[in-house]
Amino acid sequence: MLEAVVFYVLAAFILGFGVLVITARNTVHSVLFLVANFLCVAVLYVVLAAEFLAVIQVLVYAGGIVVLYLFVVMLVNLRAVPEARLDPRRQSRLGFLLTTALLVEVIAIMVYSANRPGAVSTLAPTADVPVSGNTEVVGWLLYTDYLIPFEVASVLLLVAMIGAILLARKEA
Amino acid sequence: MIDTYVVPTLKILVLLNAVLVAVTYMVLLERKVIAWVQVRLGPMRVGPHGVLQPIADAIKLLLKEDITPARADRLVFTLAPIVSMVPALIAFAVIPFDSEITLFGYTLSLYVADVNVGLLYIVATTSISVYGIILAGYASNSKFPLLAGLRASAQLISYEVAVSMMLVSMVVTAGTLSMVGIVESQREAGVWFVFIQPVAFVILFIGGLAETNRAPFDLPEAEQELTGGFHTEYSGMRFALFFLAEYANMIVVSAVATTLFLGGWLRPFPGVGALAFLDFVPGWIWFLMKTFAFLYVFIWIRATLPRYRYDQLMRLGWKVLIPVAIANLIVTAFIRVLL
Amino acid sequence: MYPITPYHYLVLSAALFTIGVLGVMLRRNVIIIFMSIELMLNAVNINLAAFSHQWQNAIGQVFAIFVIVVAAAEAAVGLGIILAFFRNKDTLNVDEMNIMRW
Repeated sequence: MLEAVVFYVLAAFILGFGVLVITARNTVHSVLFLVANFLCVAVLYVVLAAEFLAVIQVLVYAGGIVVLYLFVVMLVNLRAVPEARLDPRRQSRLGFLLTTALLVEVIAIMVYSANRPGAVSTLAPTADVPVSGNTEVVGWLLYTDYLIPFEVASVLLLVAMIGAILLARKEA
Repeated sequence: MIDTYVVPTLKILVLLNAVLVAVTYMVLLERKVIAWVQVRLGPMRVGPHGVLQPIADAIKLLLKEDITPARADRLVFTLAPIVSMVPALIAFAVIPFDSEITLFGYTLSLYVADVNVGLLYIVATTSISVYGIILAGYASNSKFPLLAGLRASAQLISYEVAVSMMLVSMVVTAGTLSMVGIVESQREAGVWFVFIQPVAFVILFIGGLAETNRAPFDLPEAEQELTGGFHTEYSGMRFALFFLAEYANMIVVSAVATTLFLGGWLRPFPGVGALAFLDFVPGWIWFLMKTFAFLYVFIWIRATLPRYRYDQLMRLGWKVLIPVAIANLIVTAFIRVLL
Repeated sequence: MYPITPYHYLVLSAALFTIGVLGVMLRRNVIIIFMSIELMLNAVNINLAAFSHQWQNAIGQVFAIFVIVVAAAEAAVGLGIILAFFRNKDTLNVDEMNIMRW
């Protein structure tokens, strides 16, 4: 019962803040609503018993990536930019309709498959991992089975760091 | 029912009250200690030896006029001090003051929650508190606070990297991320971790000073620089919230250093049996004494050392502390695997 | 409605993804478009975490961590590009970022 209440409240907050992100006039307000969205998603991860993912979400996403967005917003000094000039090639109402149709379609597929389990593919639980606890299991998987993607991810971050520094540098 | 709802709520209430009173009296402690270092007396009028000075300060700040700059963003202007204060307060939820004490025949543990990822939780709350500074600088709608806010947040995120690397090497040493687990592993090792990892201790100390914007790293908020930094336009209770947030952050850093390096609630040399006569002192008294020693050293350093210039500060963070922290992590990992 | 099945999380994830797609299509400020992309990546992460919880296999969370890593790299490089473009053309409107068109 408590889990249902928590889930519905969190879902309302997540979707509410998401709508506020895309509809706020002031860009800084948009960024703040994004932070609130990420914090609510982190709480959702805790409900899903993925506490390592929750703190990584707060630490990296809300505490790193969005700070980067905030820095860029302040460096270009935006406040309530009026998006007046509408490009005539853009058809926003059609996009809105199509997206809503997509959402209704996805929910219909889910409701349909929820009522007809049929051939459900299963995934075996994580076995043969000699550690217990969420962080330890994730760490074990990262360092044994998925070591190569882990190393590739670190090279990717290095390349992104060099690229970002080069791109944002002032012309000396 | 009582164990899952009532006891944690009571613990939270007691802890919040204690922390808020502690940060209020930190103001007085700082003024007194700096005064004694400078061969003067500090506040002496209000109450015996100035003991009631924080209450007088609080009443004055509450009665001040509520000024908001013209054309400032009201929502963000009001939000910034709150975003500064709340992460400092919620970080206390995972700090263990003692393992188990018996109170009126009821056994309870002196921490609010023992989270599996307690140390990461504290780092996460520190990274959220960066927002308070950026938003304060932005919302003031004025050049000086904006620049000072960006500077202060750049300093914070730079030192956050070094402190996080150092915390990873502490996790490798202790073998667990939970704060209670780290103290327990110090008890099993029989020695405080400060003797095993002195380099990490120094990095935490310097990084903690820089993260809380304390001297000698307090360039972004010094009165002589940038006319008061990111809280120039703040007055009254909002200004007080920024200051209390800074002191609360100091207490969190001291408590984390105590838990990680000085053995939390353990007595000195917990492995040496000859000192077992010290066990009559309860664990939480050891914890409070060690945290208080850290706070005293923070204030002492503020009264003694001159301020770092901004480029020297960034150079220290990126070019000195991060390589040292990475080297420490590599050496720790090697020793842990080989031994 | 009461027992929370993974389908609830899938619906939430689909709705958040839809909000992200709307943000990309309807807004003209390039930073808001980037933030909508982050919303979409979060929706995918919620999906992965929900399935990881259902099958008690941590592979979902490992993949979600990689998604976060890729999002961080993309945000850094993307914002660098935005800054470089802003310095030259002084606009953040995607409709005006058309110097390669005829």
